[in-house]
Amino acid sequence: MLRLEPRAEASRLMSYLSPVLATLLTLVAGIAVFSALGKDPVEGLRLFLVSPVKDLYGVSELLLKATPLMLCAIGLAVGFRANVWNIGAEGQFMLGTVGATGVALYFQESDSSLVLPAMVLAGAAAGAAWAAVPALLKTKFNANEILVSLMLVYVAQLFVSWLVFGPWKDPDGFNFPQTAMFADHALLPILIEGTRLHAGFLMALAALVAGYAFMNRSYTGFKMRVAGEAAEAARYAGFSANRMIWIGLLTGGAAAGIAGMSEVAGPMGQLTDKVSLGYGFAAIIVAFVGRLNPFGILLASLLMALLYIGGEQVQQYMNLPSSISLVFQGLLLFFLLGSDVFIHYRLRFGRVTA
Amino acid sequence: MLDTMTQPTPTPAQTAPRLVLSNIRKVYPTVVANDNVNLEVAPGEIHAVLGENGAGKSTLMKIIYGVTRPSAGEMQWEGKTVTVESPAHARELGIGMVFQHFSLFETLTVVENVALALPGKPDLGELAQRIEEVSKRYGLPVDPRRHVHALSVGERQRVEIVRCLLQNPRLLIMDEPTSVLTPQAVRKLFETLRQLAAEGCSILYISHKLDEIKELCHSATVLRGGRVTGHCRPGEETPESMARLMIGKDLPVCEHGASHASDEVRLRLAGLSHATPDPFATDLRDIHLDVRAGEIVGIAGVSGNGQQELLRAISGEEPLAEKFPVQILGTEAGRMNPGQRRKLGMCFVPEERLGRGAVPTMSLADNAILTAAKSQHFVSGGFLAFSRARDFAQNCIQSFSVKCGGPPSPAKSLSGGNLQKFIMGREILQAPKLLVCAQPTWGVDVGAAAFIRQSIIDLRNRGCAVLVISEELDELFEICDRIAVIAKGRLSPVRPTAETSVEDIGVWMSGLWPGSDLAAQQSEQTGELAHAQA
Repeated sequence: MLRLEPRAEASRLMSYLSPVLATLLTLVAGIAVFSALGKDPVEGLRLFLVSPVKDLYGVSELLLKATPLMLCAIGLAVGFRANVWNIGAEGQFMLGTVGATGVALYFQESDSSLVLPAMVLAGAAAGAAWAAVPALLKTKFNANEILVSLMLVYVAQLFVSWLVFGPWKDPDGFNFPQTAMFADHALLPILIEGTRLHAGFLMALAALVAGYAFMNRSYTGFKMRVAGEAAEAARYAGFSANRMIWIGLLTGGAAAGIAGMSEVAGPMGQLTDKVSLGYGFAAIIVAFVGRLNPFGILLASLLMALLYIGGEQVQQYMNLPSSISLVFQGLLLFFLLGSDVFIHYRLRFGRVTA
Repeated sequence: MLDTMTQPTPTPAQTAPRLVLSNIRKVYPTVVANDNVNLEVAPGEIHAVLGENGAGKSTLMKIIYGVTRPSAGEMQWEGKTVTVESPAHARELGIGMVFQHFSLFETLTVVENVALALPGKPDLGELAQRIEEVSKRYGLPVDPRRHVHALSVGERQRVEIVRCLLQNPRLLIMDEPTSVLTPQAVRKLFETLRQLAAEGCSILYISHKLDEIKELCHSATVLRGGRVTGHCRPGEETPESMARLMIGKDLPVCEHGASHASDEVRLRLAGLSHATPDPFATDLRDIHLDVRAGEIVGIAGVSGNGQQELLRAISGEEPLAEKFPVQILGTEAGRMNPGQRRKLGMCFVPEERLGRGAVPTMSLADNAILTAAKSQHFVSGGFLAFSRARDFAQNCIQSFSVKCGGPPSPAKSLSGGNLQKFIMGREILQAPKLLVCAQPTWGVDVGAAAFIRQSIIDLRNRGCAVLVISEELDELFEICDRIAVIAKGRLSPVRPTAETSVEDIGVWMSGLWPGSDLAAQQSEQTGELAHAQA
């Protein structure tokens, strides 16, 4: 008989190695997936993992993809550390695109240098406002924030569709569901000439540093860690549980909103109904693969970006369906959760002797 | 505690042993809980297993009852070598156990609870009759049709015992049975146990209360650090000599000294009432209490009589709807949260250490931040000065001789007693004006307990007002200047400790104090009060 036995002590080293192990297992499973589809696994993995980063342009694309993931994930990590389960970063991301787009369209004719900062603020505010709904319902009526934030994703999606099919549709856009292209002053500056990598990447790095300072150095961050580790102890110490919920959700919402802003003001230059590629959901995986730690999130978002781009590559060159990226994302999360189990438990064979 | 009690139980005749344990060893991943333990119990013998917390008593009993298996060693039951597979197997063999923490379903009736423990599907009507027979025979009054949530702790214990007795055990294991009982209920329990022994049932009696063991038990095996360190005949020993066997040195004694109470009221409860929506919690009713600077006031009571609720109302973990019922240093604090109350100069030690008083996974330095961040100025500009927290934790570890790997060790790596010392230290070193502590020495070994009590007394001598809520009567009598009792959510009058006795307080613990509703009812009902006091 096979059973799991709790370990006396969890190894700290293994809790950092577990994401690495999960990545390796994902690769092994990837080889199996490619073989099962009748494709050459070596070629598949090369396309997936190596060819996307073989030149500077490839690397810049990788960083570009990682930007919204980093922003969303660091915001989510703040809440997750306090056991505030915001699953709706995807919706908050979309509201962020809406807020930023609103400002960009309203000031279409202006060439003020304040338009971009205003777009960042509007994106953050809109994302935070969307996250405020589950926070309010949770603190007032104890409604489950997982369900509320998740359901609001679909509302946000429909809201964006309505805007781009209706009031915000580009009059010169041949009836495509998209807004007019933003004016130059409403676009984030490009960091490296000849690439699409924009200043949003710097915002994401700044967010990681700020996240580190907040979570590991500030008193409020400490309170949130306590709330996540032991709710009774937080109550005993007098840390308000409601405040933790508000901070956790608003931070996640604002960060996702900025990520949305950096997408419309970055590579897209307009709002369309396909504004997100599931960054808000992928960021949940990123946050956990990164152990809710800013440096870990940096690495994990690069890995996840690689899966996105590699997925596009194998689609193009190996004739595989687009869901191959999602398969890899799923494998990664599965193996991570699986590896984490063995940090706290060991596998034993035979009968119960304890 | 019960020195007025009757003579020791008569010794049973010498026969073949009922239970023999040889060289029992039990190893857990981080600790050796039992090492080479030998134990013999004769039929009709009441055998004490004596030791401090963590000495390996409970592990040994769990091995006998089949809850866990030994890593090595042999168990003989009535002359045959057995391997107890499970508690069900143990019951089949004729071994019954009453756990320290009851395993009863509160929403079911007594008879339903008993039926659940029996094999097959017993007929409830018939079973109720059997329960009544057994309960009459052994003087354990229990109404089989009542719901468990409506029973007192003592009654619940009787249900547990009756449940064991229905299976006609030849060995009954009692794990710290008196920790939840009033002195009067303890006396009744002892009568029952003696009757059982006289009928030939062997009893293994686990306790660290030496006077009880002296009074009840024929023989004792002493455990220290998982090993047998001695055997004795409790009737021929004194509590002091047994303590030496148990802890390896003399029992430490506290320097109490005279009270220094001033007129300044630091904590006033002015008609504190609090109804909870939880049907299994106790409502607080009109509690009045003053705690003054320089005195220690104790609140005794059987657990589950409103202590938890009272503590939460005082600490602010459960804020009240109104301000006036809780006044801390002259401020009406009823609606304040724990942080605000701390700012007024109150410190608080909860009864649960791990998970409430300390965050298990966090280091001791971080756990120092938990309550001392504001008073010890760990925070500047919203950021934490971790070096100050480390220094404070280090100071705490040194002043209270906490055995640990230093400020970075996680709270959960400490033993219960050491963590309690750390938490007490953390609160005391903040130099509170008012200290409220629950069960200050619960689960702490005798030496550490004496140290903690002395620290509380020293704090009082420095002019702090202290409120102690404890289920250990002996402890309250040792340290308190004044004492009151909580029963069914009501508080008795407060008496100077010197003017009362363990016996009086024991009667009060069942809700019978002069002027209480219950006392009024009972004195109407002809001499019931007299009976309870007898």
